[in-house]
Amino acid sequence: MDFKNRDIISISDFTKEELLHILKVVASFERKPDFNILKGKILASLFFEPSTRTRLSFNSAMEKSGGKVIGFSSASSSSVEKGESLWDTIKMIEQYADAIVIRHPLEGSARLAAEAAKIPVVNGGDGANQHPTQTLLDLYTIQKTKERLENLHIGFVGDLKYGRTVHSLVIALAHFNPTFYFIAPDELQMPESYLDFLFQKKVKYLKTSDVKRFSKELDVLYVTRIQKERFPDPIEYEKFKGIYRIDNEFLHYVKKDLKIMHPLPRIDEISKCIDKTEHAAYFQQAANGIPVRQVLLALIMGKLN
Amino acid sequence: MPKRKKEKIKAKKVDISQKVEPKKQLSISAIQEGTVIDHIPTDATFKVVEILQLQKHHGVVSIATNLESKSMGKKAIIKVGGKSLTESEVSKIAIVAPDATVNIIKNFAVKEKIKVTTPDVVDNVVKCSNPRCITNHEKIATRFYVMKKDPLKIKCHYCERSMGKNDLEII
Repeated sequence: MDFKNRDIISISDFTKEELLHILKVVASFERKPDFNILKGKILASLFFEPSTRTRLSFNSAMEKSGGKVIGFSSASSSSVEKGESLWDTIKMIEQYADAIVIRHPLEGSARLAAEAAKIPVVNGGDGANQHPTQTLLDLYTIQKTKERLENLHIGFVGDLKYGRTVHSLVIALAHFNPTFYFIAPDELQMPESYLDFLFQKKVKYLKTSDVKRFSKELDVLYVTRIQKERFPDPIEYEKFKGIYRIDNEFLHYVKKDLKIMHPLPRIDEISKCIDKTEHAAYFQQAANGIPVRQVLLALIMGKLN
Repeated sequence: MPKRKKEKIKAKKVDISQKVEPKKQLSISAIQEGTVIDHIPTDATFKVVEILQLQKHHGVVSIATNLESKSMGKKAIIKVGGKSLTESEVSKIAIVAPDATVNIIKNFAVKEKIKVTTPDVVDNVVKCSNPRCITNHEKIATRFYVMKKDPLKIKCHYCERSMGKNDLEII
């Protein structure tokens, strides 16, 4: 499969075969890493909104592969402040780099950047829409910890309405005959458009607001933070913050090999006492971001197949 | 006396019902040259007016809505004198009125009848209803993919949000 010059904008752009191919290349790269694979390559890192983890993860992936990073970490240090359009910013930056990673608060911005640029563009998060590299590292973590992707029972708990990581992961996992359990109060449940998509794909799903109701069925529990920044009304946020807490008591109601994931940062939805248990997969998940991003960058810059 | 009065009233009533006959024909004037758009869903009537910019049209425009229709229950018809539609206008109409027919009129007769077809891709016709979509912040053409034709469901190429018929705002 040839990924050279391919943009990574939305998980919906990838077929099942392509996803499996990427995961296979990541696994083999992890076994035999190449620290010079991106030597001489430059990544333009355009972060129009603050992000610690994604930005540093891309920087680390690039530098661990022998490449260099240029760019900015907030819109105030870009020429957008002077009124430049995103299109023009991209047309200018494409002259300086071999690939672009962009995070932008507006939805669809990464797609527009990819249309403007001749070099490949990676979406590092566009508002509440997509964050495909997060989805790929989530898939990789599931495959690595459960040793399969097919026929899993996967629960999602927390903010399922605004949580883009959940939306993208649900689309990706739909290829692998899963059973989904959406655990959230009605106000934060999965948007209808995603449920329609699952219905069309004949994917089984159940909705509940009780995290213990189906906990014994689960192979993976994907926990998300109630995101304050996505709530238009702060009073609504106050109503829902802290409603779910995964702690030692909860572990009495789960399978022995349940894996708990979280895209991080967490507030208080997973108690620290879980960290030491075999169930915790979230730090491993964050660490997987490095090899996944190394491979993706090498694939789109034509250094891996 | 009261008895005679009652009879008089009764006679009058009968008289009226015999005189008034319900008029079954539609009274919108025929046009000599132009276009008649038929089978428009009533709630899309003014969307079609907007698409064709008929508020700026100098020729005759007749709009009739809430007309009885065997196939649709209620429908609207718009007659536009001295105007033929472009291909782009026809595909725009198809988005809001998927069952519409466009009749081309020459010399008071229907010269051609076109059944509109909803396109698979809708370019620069409607605005994205998502205020956080990049298309509402940068000067770029919108693009939507038609996911379902009836009832209409379209998906934004940029922000990937789905929109229904009620969210449509014509550019």
